[in-house]
Amino acid sequence: MKFSRLTFAILVLLLQAGCKREQRVLDPGSAGTQIADGTALNEVHAGGSLPAPDISQYEGSAYAVSEGKRLYSAYNCVGCHAQGGGAIGPALMDSTWLYGSQPQQIFSDIVQGRPNGMPSFGGKIPDYQVWELVAYVRSMSGQLPSDVAPSRSDQMPVAKAEQARQKEHPSDENQQPIQKAKP
Amino acid sequence: MSLLAAIPGFPSNQTSLNPAGPAAAHIEHTFALIFWITATVYFITLAVLMYFVWSRRWTLALAPIPQPTSDASDRLATRAVAAAVAVTVLLLFVMLISSFVTSHRLGKMNDQQALTINVYGHQWWWEIQYPNEAEPYRMVTTANEIHVPIGTPIRIHGTSRDVIHSFWAPNIQGKRDLLPGYNTDVLMQVDKAGRWRGQCAEYCGMQHAHMSFYIVAEPQQDFDNWMSAQMQPSVVPGNIQAMHGQQVFLSHACVLCHTIRGTTAGSHVGPDLTHLASRSTIAAGMLPNTVGNLGGWILNAQALKPGSRMPPNQISGPDLQDLLAYLETLK
Repeated sequence: MKFSRLTFAILVLLLQAGCKREQRVLDPGSAGTQIADGTALNEVHAGGSLPAPDISQYEGSAYAVSEGKRLYSAYNCVGCHAQGGGAIGPALMDSTWLYGSQPQQIFSDIVQGRPNGMPSFGGKIPDYQVWELVAYVRSMSGQLPSDVAPSRSDQMPVAKAEQARQKEHPSDENQQPIQKAKP
Repeated sequence: MSLLAAIPGFPSNQTSLNPAGPAAAHIEHTFALIFWITATVYFITLAVLMYFVWSRRWTLALAPIPQPTSDASDRLATRAVAAAVAVTVLLLFVMLISSFVTSHRLGKMNDQQALTINVYGHQWWWEIQYPNEAEPYRMVTTANEIHVPIGTPIRIHGTSRDVIHSFWAPNIQGKRDLLPGYNTDVLMQVDKAGRWRGQCAEYCGMQHAHMSFYIVAEPQQDFDNWMSAQMQPSVVPGNIQAMHGQQVFLSHACVLCHTIRGTTAGSHVGPDLTHLASRSTIAAGMLPNTVGNLGGWILNAQALKPGSRMPPNQISGPDLQDLLAYLETLK
């Protein structure tokens, strides 16, 4: 009796996880549509810190990640980064991250642009779409759990599906907490 | 059959019962034949059933069912059943042959000097292209509105950019599935001037129901005028408001997906807006193309058509007004 109750509870939990991964946020509201110039790279912010954006709704949603995959082609990220292997631009599926592997850092890379060719998309892509792109870019090197990473491509696949990739371990994987000034 | 289409309120511009071209006429003939045969057989069957129920309504419960005893009545029954089976088989063959002949005629349609139109299905709108092989720079791209000259063979060269769609304008031709990575050709001809409505006929996602298009059939002269207007690049903004509106367009997210020929906006993710104001609807036939609808669509398309690829945009009031003024000039 006890065992079956436990099984039931586990099943319900599993089912809930399944529901969440397909949850679609179609209208992200004003928070998702504002155009920011980037995000703060540390916690010190003049006049008190800003509320951190809720990234879990992107990195935990299979829909958001697959939208990111679609936008990755639509906004021509493929033009330079190819399908993640890199061409004119650096590879996105390895463990090397020139400007950090954290979501906020990748967000800033896209919004601000980076030297030697990465254009700034600031003011051109709504925030929520940048976060979807961030989630997809991170899924390319296996940073996202396999239940949200895309399992298939619209085109002929040139590499293993994002879902099936080994997780790469970037050097900044375990972030050091920022030293706060002592009073 | 066309009587049905004459009923007030019956959508006569989106029904296969009101054919506007030879292909739809063939289909309608076959449909009418099959309809009248099956309707007649159905009512004869019901009438015979009713007759026997009525005539034996008292005896059925009391007397045992009479069995044929004599050889003569036995033979009669056998002949009656055989005749009924023969008539059924004959009628089925009539319908089969009629259907076969229709398919054959649709396949053998006149394609001499057919006007080729490329149709690309997108989630959830139609990209329409008029290729010009001799002068490729004169190619015309539009969306959700297919202008055709009446009485001219048309070749629809279709495919899909994402999932499976189906191109169906019931007044003109049968359905044709558009498959990603595969090109398909379908011939058609429109003989009656008018605005014929069509729709995606293969479930393709959340907004499948809001994926319609119009085929605007007009005399050759009108078509040529429309075509030469579409070939022009977009109009240069004539006043300060439209000029600022153009700057708003070019400095916001719009340019990442849309094209306005004659400006630096040249992306092909969303519909070409070079001659947006010449189209009568927006959002794939969902809303009339008015300033109010366009404003609402730009600010928050997700509230009107959830799941569509148009993102919500934050544009200040004055900027939006100027942008709308600019878009209204794109005749």
